[in-house]
Amino acid sequence: MTPPLKNPFRAVVIGVSAGGLKALTTLLPLLPKAYPLPVLVVQHRLAESDDYLTKSLDRICAARVKEAEEKEAARAGHVYLAPANYHLLVERNETLSLSIDERENFSRPSIDVLFESAAYAWSARLIGIVLTGANADGARGLALIKKRGGLTLVQDPATAEHDAMPRAAMKACLVDHVLKLPEIGAFLNQIGISGINNAIE
Amino acid sequence: MNRDTEQIEIDLLLEAIFKRYGYDFRNYARASIERRTRRFLSKSGCRTIPEMIDRLLNDEVFFGGLVRDFSITVTELFRDPRVYASLRRQVVPMLKTHPFIKIWHAGCATGEEAYSLAILLKEEGLYDRATIFVTDFNDGALQKARQGIYSTDKIKEGTRNYQAAGGKNSFSDYYQARYDAVALDGALRKNMTFANYNLVTDGVFGEMHLILCRNVLIYFDRELQNRVFGLFGDSLVRGGFLCLGSKESPTFSTAADQFETVDKTAKIYRKRS
Ligand SMILES: C[S@@+](CC[C@H](N)C(=O)[O-])C[C@H]1O[C@@H](n2cnc3c(N)ncnc32)[C@H](O)[C@@H]1O
Repeated sequence: MTPPLKNPFRAVVIGVSAGGLKALTTLLPLLPKAYPLPVLVVQHRLAESDDYLTKSLDRICAARVKEAEEKEAARAGHVYLAPANYHLLVERNETLSLSIDERENFSRPSIDVLFESAAYAWSARLIGIVLTGANADGARGLALIKKRGGLTLVQDPATAEHDAMPRAAMKACLVDHVLKLPEIGAFLNQIGISGINNAIE
Repeated sequence: MNRDTEQIEIDLLLEAIFKRYGYDFRNYARASIERRTRRFLSKSGCRTIPEMIDRLLNDEVFFGGLVRDFSITVTELFRDPRVYASLRRQVVPMLKTHPFIKIWHAGCATGEEAYSLAILLKEEGLYDRATIFVTDFNDGALQKARQGIYSTDKIKEGTRNYQAAGGKNSFSDYYQARYDAVALDGALRKNMTFANYNLVTDGVFGEMHLILCRNVLIYFDRELQNRVFGLFGDSLVRGGFLCLGSKESPTFSTAADQFETVDKTAKIYRKRS
């Protein structure tokens, strides 16, 4: 018997801002229940928002969607959203940390903060994705993911509700793939099923 | 740079700081410490971490800058208004049964939390029997706490929060506008004692009826959190209250069984008697 192909990836990080509700409700339900990687999401939102977004995403997704809790392990099959008003960071032992450091790019949670810590934690075993948004958060973080050998995806700006954020990310580094939301979903599924070999072709 | 080399350099940096100055960041949540280190390095004028270590060992002023940078003093007046509403409802009635009360703000940053609670105590007629310890390990922040002067933006935010927290008066009763800033009423400071206190290295200094330590423990790793929860357990009277930040709880710490939950959302706990 041949051993199952080892998935070279350990995690997916997603950054999204204006237009995110629609983008996430399109993308995340495409992931199966037992998706083999943890998915960490920063969606910009108001400091005083409640967990409405999380709850409504959890209802429509097969994977479990929840707010990231301090020190919990990032587990496969789970989508973790940064809580309102806290930065989300990843530790090298794949647990999650929260912080209330200053806003970064006027944002807390900030996409750059998540992406940078994830880039250090997972290096080449990370997939970083920048979706719709009207600012430039995530650009520097995606560039670092790229620099440390990770795989970088950006939502096709022509199809994004707000194209500034995807465009800023594309300017900051040579991204690996520019895709529409359903294609990103298919891509993530592909990687989930068979590892990088098929997905990269 | 090789990732492992950077890890070693950061370990050495934290070790050097501890040995030279006694400030112990070795058990802080690592991702955040690494981020602060890279940030501090980029604005320090040093090219490498070893160069920075060398300078830190010899230059106390430079080290002062690092402490300011590593200590995140982001705070608000009546931050999380629901917490103050809950303190009023669930903690104040118990405090009222004591002839005198001791309160400790651990990690007070620039003092907003201590003044907010002082206002609540005044409105509940409890202020005069309270001794309030206001502590942080950042002297610069403590100095600001002692002054109680805040920007008009902070006061605006505080006013909104105060109302949401169920304040009984008008927030403007508690401050005087200066030309470009606002000074909180000095009477709020009367029973406050300000002191430098390091949660990692200092010990028990009294028996408290209420400890507030909000948004500090998220910066610590599990091991250090365990230590500090133990310290709080030892610093509370039986039935004393512990109020944490909205993402913190003793539930998964080794001291979990010392505490019972009073309000899960407001993160208010109580030492079992
Ligand atoms: C984010 S502020 C929280 C302020 C306030 N409690 C609040 O929740 O709004 C964190 C504070 O913890 C302090 N702090 C961090 N490590 C500490 C330590 N080891 N001992 C004492 N204070 C510490 C920092 O200096 C900073 O002022």
